[in-house]
Amino acid sequence: MSSTVRLSVNGQAVDVPVGASVAAAMAQVSLHFRRSVGGTSRAPLCGMGVCFECRVRIDGVAHVRACMTPVREGMQVQSHD
Amino acid sequence: MTELYDVLVVGAGPAGLAAAQAAAGQGARVGLIDAQARPGGQVWRHDVRRAAPRAAREAIAHLHGVEWLAQHSVIAAEASALRVETPQGSNLLAYGSLILATGARELLLPFPGWTLPGVTGAGGLQALTKQGWPVAGKRVVIAGSGPLLLAAAATLRAHGARLQGIYEQASTATVHAFARQLLHWPARAVQALGLRARLFGVPYHFGSFVRHAHGDTALQVVEIETPNGTQTIDCDLLAAGYGLVPNVELASALGCSLTYPGAHPQVQVDAFLRTGVANVYAAGEACGIGGLAVARLEGTIAGHMATGNTEAATALLPQRNQARRFGDLLTKHFALDPRLRKLADQQTLICRCEDVTLGELDAFSDARAAKLATRCGMGACQGRICGTALAELGRFPRSGSRPPLFPARLATLAGAATFPSSDDEYRGSRS
Ligand SMILES: Cc1cc2nc3c(=O)[nH]c(=O)nc-3n(C[C@H](O)[C@H](O)[C@H](O)COP(=O)(O)OP(=O)(O)OC[C@H]3O[C@@H](n4cnc5c(N)ncnc54)[C@H](O)[C@@H]3O)c2cc1C
Ligand code: FES
Repeated sequence: MSSTVRLSVNGQAVDVPVGASVAAAMAQVSLHFRRSVGGTSRAPLCGMGVCFECRVRIDGVAHVRACMTPVREGMQVQSHD
Repeated sequence: MTELYDVLVVGAGPAGLAAAQAAAGQGARVGLIDAQARPGGQVWRHDVRRAAPRAAREAIAHLHGVEWLAQHSVIAAEASALRVETPQGSNLLAYGSLILATGARELLLPFPGWTLPGVTGAGGLQALTKQGWPVAGKRVVIAGSGPLLLAAAATLRAHGARLQGIYEQASTATVHAFARQLLHWPARAVQALGLRARLFGVPYHFGSFVRHAHGDTALQVVEIETPNGTQTIDCDLLAAGYGLVPNVELASALGCSLTYPGAHPQVQVDAFLRTGVANVYAAGEACGIGGLAVARLEGTIAGHMATGNTEAATALLPQRNQARRFGDLLTKHFALDPRLRKLADQQTLICRCEDVTLGELDAFSDARAAKLATRCGMGACQGRICGTALAELGRFPRSGSRPPLFPARLATLAGAATFPSSDDEYRGSRS
């Protein structure tokens, strides 16, 4: 199980195992996933698609749950500011 | 385009996998839906670095004749059909019979600092770790309640985390009483002993809970209340979960009755797992927290029932009823310390989607009024986190959810089969 996927997180190249989630890839770069209504940094809470704290922009699509999205080669991930 | 299934199963955890297998065994056309990319549900979640347990591999390998519908989120219930959203588009799936195996989520309670990055659920951090979240070398505190803390700790340790301790809120006396009861449940006792062996050397404290998390932009320190006073621990991650709560939103949208054994609802079923709605069955944690054995048995029973095989279902009832008793044992021994309901102060955010503090909610005694005035529960999680926490805190029960069940793209709500390529508009999910 050594094969990895390379994607871009906030402009930085990241390698993660095949089948990993975007949340796992994001966490290699930063624990800031999104900024809340009140302006504070947020990161995953539930890990299972319920809390929506892990929302990021993936390949231009906003508000995608990072914990529910498997990584793909060449994916462009951006935290929400 | 509408697909028609004889039996549609929602949720591919142990309950849904067993249900799909039993129904397909009768020759029915079976569809198995899950919002996740892989089957397994919570306990059998795919681990990117470690092999799955044998039971999980077998359950997944045995899905002959079942159509596996990955990354399908059920968004709404229509007449004998479910509206689902996938990353590519949306679909209507019609059914003869429906089995709800939607499982449970963690009960997450607010305390000062719980919104800091680095604070997660206990099963939550376990799930993230299995997805490849980097925990190797990280200092992790595990807290909350119930056997899930041990399961989460074992996963974290296997992935190289440095466990700083497990803090169980239940008292030493009640945990010991629970351990003695395990003598009547040999399989459970073996499982528990196995976990303890894998956690050798990790301190397991009782009567202890996190009262405060501190950090500038991310978690740095936790304050723990113990029977011997307050303790502070430096850490990178805090995994805190207080038990499980059934996922009943879809059942509720279908018109199924719910019951409230405590603060949180579960799907009401009869002895044969029939909900009050014709041809709709429910199985596993959605009908009340019972664990893996219950989920597998109930899934099989529901699969038999949905294909008219009452005899095979009946044969499993005694085993199922026996397994359910374990859930009752858990509820009794891991009842929450009332002090946990007082941890949030006036400034603590309760609604994390809309940043509403506990103080702002003081004026309200029902969820609807609070929502209209403060937007509490109006955000993307639709009250799954804050509404559940407020019910546990004894403030007010969560208000009934309205469709869509999860924030959905506008194109889904309009019933479009595929999304326009630039469609990134969601309803109910402000950033
Ligand atoms: C985070 C977490 C970690 C856990 N870890 C363990 C563990 O390590 N060991 C253990 O013994 N128990 C664990 N549990 C307890 C667990 O609930 C049970 O052991 C078991 O997984 C229950 O099986 P189930 O089939 O009833 O539900 P689940 O396994 O919860 O499966 C339900 C499935 O339904 C899907 N679903 C729900 N709603 C929808 C919808 N609207 N649309 C599409 N799909 C939907 C979910 O994605 C999920 O995959 C954990 C629970 C949680 C919440
Ligand atoms: S971490 Fe909760 S939805 Fe992703």
